[in-house]
Amino acid sequence: MSLSSPAMESSTAIRATGLHITRSRTKILRGLDFTVASGRITGLLGPSGSGKTTLMRAIVGVQRITRGAVTVLDRPAGSAPLRHDVGYVTQGASVYGDLSVEANVRYFGAMHGATPADAKEAIAAVGLASLARQKAADLSGGQFSRVSLACALVSHPKLLVLDEPTVGLDPVLRAELWERFAAMAAAGTTLLVSSHVMEEASHCSSLLLLRDGLLLAQLSPAELAARGRSDDLERAFLTIIKAADRGQESQVAS
Amino acid sequence: MNLRMTLATTTRVLGQLRHDHRSVALILVVPALLLAAVYFLFENETLPPGFPRTFDRVGLMMLAIFPFVVMFLVTSITMLRERTSGTLERLLTTPIHKADLLFGYALAFSIMAALQSLVATAVAYWVFDLDIKGSPGFVVMIAVINAVLGVALGLLCSAFARTEFQAVQFMPVVVVPQILLCGLFVAREDMNAVLEAISGALPLTFSVDALKEIAANAEATSAMWQDTLVMGAIVVGVLVLASLTLRRQTR
Repeated sequence: MSLSSPAMESSTAIRATGLHITRSRTKILRGLDFTVASGRITGLLGPSGSGKTTLMRAIVGVQRITRGAVTVLDRPAGSAPLRHDVGYVTQGASVYGDLSVEANVRYFGAMHGATPADAKEAIAAVGLASLARQKAADLSGGQFSRVSLACALVSHPKLLVLDEPTVGLDPVLRAELWERFAAMAAAGTTLLVSSHVMEEASHCSSLLLLRDGLLLAQLSPAELAARGRSDDLERAFLTIIKAADRGQESQVAS
Repeated sequence: MNLRMTLATTTRVLGQLRHDHRSVALILVVPALLLAAVYFLFENETLPPGFPRTFDRVGLMMLAIFPFVVMFLVTSITMLRERTSGTLERLLTTPIHKADLLFGYALAFSIMAALQSLVATAVAYWVFDLDIKGSPGFVVMIAVINAVLGVALGLLCSAFARTEFQAVQFMPVVVVPQILLCGLFVAREDMNAVLEAISGALPLTFSVDALKEIAANAEATSAMWQDTLVMGAIVVGVLVLASLTLRRQTR
């Protein structure tokens, strides 16, 4: 993983073409075309209800695609060989509250043949080493969601899909997690991180701006600041949305 | 199928139960207490000489029915939690095979059921002198198969419940008819044709039948093995149906 060649770094981890998803007659995603580069942190940003979670679920293969295609690591999203390489952290922490932190991480690790040492490392990586034997349900909200993250880290995925991982975390912890993500990306892991907090966008090397199931833009944080005419990324995003509402921006496919 | 993932699932499910002392205590102790209640209920019955005690008939069948009911409830709630908490969806993004998950569950609860029926059978045998001709080992075996049947039906029914409240409501639908028609209250040959036909299609009937064989014969009879086989086939069939309700993708 850490031995990623320059060729790999420039390659594509995720490619969506003409992606449409309709769930019970509601059009959630309405034709997305984009690529996500390997070994980078890509931010998926947009207001709640814009389709971020549905897009992430399609990428990890648990959401059926209505039309179009998603390719992950050169295979169709959700295909069996990908299950070893893709880690998914859902928005609500999906771990067993009645098990200890350690038991949770070991269980999900067992699906990938991870050793107890891998589990220990993953727990330490999210800063829960001292609480490893605690029951997950007895932890605080922020600690609980980090257990969920550790359960994904234990398998050393090539692609890590994180749905709002920093919600409910204090600023110190949030900064720590972003450092952690940056280190993982430097080691060759591809990260797709959703957030509705625009200030987090600055940690990403590329941003997908989603609104109402459409891709508003794919750009870097610097480009977002430039195009939205503000260094405050939240304000920049609002400017872009308003421009889109006036029909001055068309959907951008990169 | 992957043994490592199956056993990891079994360990995990047992680990979840282990933290829940109250549930473990209820699973192990309640059947024995209810057996005691049945014993004392019929304590003063007057019987013609040579006629078997009601406890020997009813108590024996209860030994097989408890694990079925308890494991149905425990499994349907546990599996429903797994579906609603997102852990199931997460698991299905990992390499785990559906069969690993289902058999992991079945194995974990079979172990609990075996412990439960060991306690209950021991109490029936040694405290209340349950009088049967066959080996109590076979009684435990039937109890465990019943428990796995409960697990399989619980896994299946959890797919049709959105809330724990709904899951519990499946008990009167799935469990109670089987108890009513299995031959515990009225012998099958005394039922009307329709009820007897329904009874003949319900899995619990076969285990009650097998228990009657065990009670009446010192050696295992071919009828008992046949009932056991039918039960086994039904369990596998229901597990396959349950696996169809586990979808990796949602629409």
